[in-house]
Amino acid sequence: MATASKTTSASSKSSSRTRSTAKKAKPAIAEFDKDQELHAYREMLLIRRFEEKAGQLYGMGLIGGFCHLYIGQEAVVVGMQMAKKDGDQMITGYRDHGHMLAMDLDPKGVMAELTGRRGGLSKGKGGSMHMFSKEKHFYGGHGIVGAQVSLGTGLGFANKYRENGNVAMAFFGDGASNQGQVYESFNMAELWKLPVVYVVENNKYGMGTSVARASATTDLSQRGASFNIPGKQVDGMDVRAVMAASAEALQWCRDGKGPYILEMSTYRYRGHSMSDPAKYRSKDEVQKMRTEHDPIEQVRVRLLEKNWATEDDLKAIDKDVRARVAEAAEFAQTDPEPDASELYTDILL
Amino acid sequence: MPIDILMPALSPTMEEGKLAKWLKAEGDAVTAGDVIAEIETDKATMEVEAVDEGTLGKILVAEGTDNVKVNEKIAILLADGEDASALDAAASAPAAAAAPAAAEAPSAPAAPVASAPTPQAPAIDTPEDPEVPEGTAMKSSTVREALRDAMAEEMRRDPDVFIMGEEVAEYQGAYKITQGLLDEFSAKRVIDTPITEHGFAGMGVGAAMAGLKPIVEFMTFNFAMQAIDQIINSAAKTLYMSGGQMGAPIVFRGPNGAAARVGAQHSQDYASWYAHVPGLKVVQPYSAADAKGLLKAAIRDPNPVIFLENEILYGHSFDIPDMDDFVLPIGKAKIERGGTDVTLVSWGIGMTYTLKAAEELAGMGISAEVINLRTIRPLDIDTVLASVRKTGRIVTIEEAFPMCSVSSEIAYQVQEKAFDYLDAPILRVTGKDVPMPYAANLEKLALPNVGEVIDAVKAVTYTA
Repeated sequence: MATASKTTSASSKSSSRTRSTAKKAKPAIAEFDKDQELHAYREMLLIRRFEEKAGQLYGMGLIGGFCHLYIGQEAVVVGMQMAKKDGDQMITGYRDHGHMLAMDLDPKGVMAELTGRRGGLSKGKGGSMHMFSKEKHFYGGHGIVGAQVSLGTGLGFANKYRENGNVAMAFFGDGASNQGQVYESFNMAELWKLPVVYVVENNKYGMGTSVARASATTDLSQRGASFNIPGKQVDGMDVRAVMAASAEALQWCRDGKGPYILEMSTYRYRGHSMSDPAKYRSKDEVQKMRTEHDPIEQVRVRLLEKNWATEDDLKAIDKDVRARVAEAAEFAQTDPEPDASELYTDILL
Repeated sequence: MPIDILMPALSPTMEEGKLAKWLKAEGDAVTAGDVIAEIETDKATMEVEAVDEGTLGKILVAEGTDNVKVNEKIAILLADGEDASALDAAASAPAAAAAPAAAEAPSAPAAPVASAPTPQAPAIDTPEDPEVPEGTAMKSSTVREALRDAMAEEMRRDPDVFIMGEEVAEYQGAYKITQGLLDEFSAKRVIDTPITEHGFAGMGVGAAMAGLKPIVEFMTFNFAMQAIDQIINSAAKTLYMSGGQMGAPIVFRGPNGAAARVGAQHSQDYASWYAHVPGLKVVQPYSAADAKGLLKAAIRDPNPVIFLENEILYGHSFDIPDMDDFVLPIGKAKIERGGTDVTLVSWGIGMTYTLKAAEELAGMGISAEVINLRTIRPLDIDTVLASVRKTGRIVTIEEAFPMCSVSSEIAYQVQEKAFDYLDAPILRVTGKDVPMPYAANLEKLALPNVGEVIDAVKAVTYTA
């Protein structure tokens, strides 16, 4: 199917533009089995509860600076995580807490970084937007909009150089999709057939500006068309759709066919950051997404309908997740701040 | 009148070249546009086309001749109806002036007038480079060759090292620094990029975060302005922001500063910009030995290193230690010339003015100690301070703009740490505080010169 999306060189003078067609194919909904549904439920719930707690700690003044919550977008990173192989890398922008949890990083380390404590993933020196784990193949956490796209392309380059069969997943938002270096990276990635999946998390707003007000073309899956990069729009609120599309894109890259673009149609429930009152959209719009498209609720309903879990089972999961988050929050408040001597460490090796 | 064919200048910095081959013989008819000869510059072999019509009357420079100066007469073209008798007159006439006489720079000092015998400054032994083992044989190398050899040696040593940039592979380098590397290391490790500085700089940093050791060549550092976000925000800061987990072992290199007559957008020296940023190392070599030893060190360094070369220096030849593995330490200055009366601190191409000035000053009885910084960050201030404590006076010399320059920082640190040793204010000789002009005379005025260095030394030594 993916091959259908490759444009062919126009041999006639036809003015109609050759467009990728992959997105027009019927959305592939791979039904999950019980274990997959339960896994997705637990993982997404952990991100949701973690972010709610982070929002609470921010309100208490325990988290400083900027804090961008991932609530509403959980299915994107969890679906990708379910499709990836060990060794595949992730890199993203500043809305990064969910990615770290999905990459199996300890919630304690993430939360303690948010509060700027020594047990934080970056020893308290990175903060919400800048966390990394080489061990878990998570390459940040980057604060400059779009920078991670070039960096992620470099991760793909390294994979190809080493012939290790791994694929880099570079996440960015609809806002970043208008940055120049994104297209510089697309060009090189296709030119050199680098194994990179570009994941556009289209949550409809770059800070306060809607996609339509910022983008001349709003089908972001087609932003690679002029480089011949196949692209697909995916329901980013449905973890099954995300996983199916991700699996296909990852395989495309692993087969040496070059990069792939996935536009995940998603939505953030909270403001751009904690300090954003989100007056650029209506409460009804948010409420509609929450009630009709919530990624976690969708899984929850399926689990109950298929009798794969009872209300009590799900409550038990919820309780367990809340306990992990509470433990992380407790650690993040009691762990000491970094020693003053850390000011001058980690500048050079 | 017969027409003189002159040795053409084929690049902004070309001063001479080799007349590789004549494609026309004496007596051949030539029409405008005919290729008449091939000339090798230090960068490339270029074809020379005839501008006028006629018959090639006489070849004045035989093929195979090296070091033919730009504007030297290389042949004489006879116009229709002229015969060989016209040649004698033509051959003896001086070549026409190629350019209007440059307006005399007002700040250029008069040559020292030997009205009274000036005492020669006592000869001070220049210390040997402590980084070169005693008895090491030396060989001549251009800076260009030294850089190429440094990369080739490191690429042989470590398969994770690769180079990418514009025209580095098939074109063999815009300035021929990567000549031959593609043949030896293949397209996997010598990679031509699109004209995409921001993108490929970021890609390089990403590859470095994943553990590879990229050398990213910028055709000039002026173009790295497109990429400076990735250099500063991604390469320099990630190690700190990750609590030490993830650094970027990467070298950004290429020519920096003014070449010749390329105007404001191609002539800036960025040393102080990068030196401002914690998390970077900044190296600015002067000689071929600096270039080789420091580039090898930069490639091995686990940190991001900004390696600032200079186009004019590429063709300069120096003695270089003939060693299998010559590596210089980053962060260590070199005393290029010992002296007692004043400390001159420079780096990169500033060293050319500085060493010439020191030589002239010796003739005036002033003994200057010349320090070649080699590295801008980390700054080897200890070597500077030791010298200042001895001489009591210091002048810094660089081509960059004065405001917030490397000189400013040296002056600050010297007054802080050696205030009581100073016998005069600290002076700096820098590029002028103007965008680089194009006109030859103005460009000359915008750059430092030997006379300005001598004037500054006279001022700090209170010499008339």
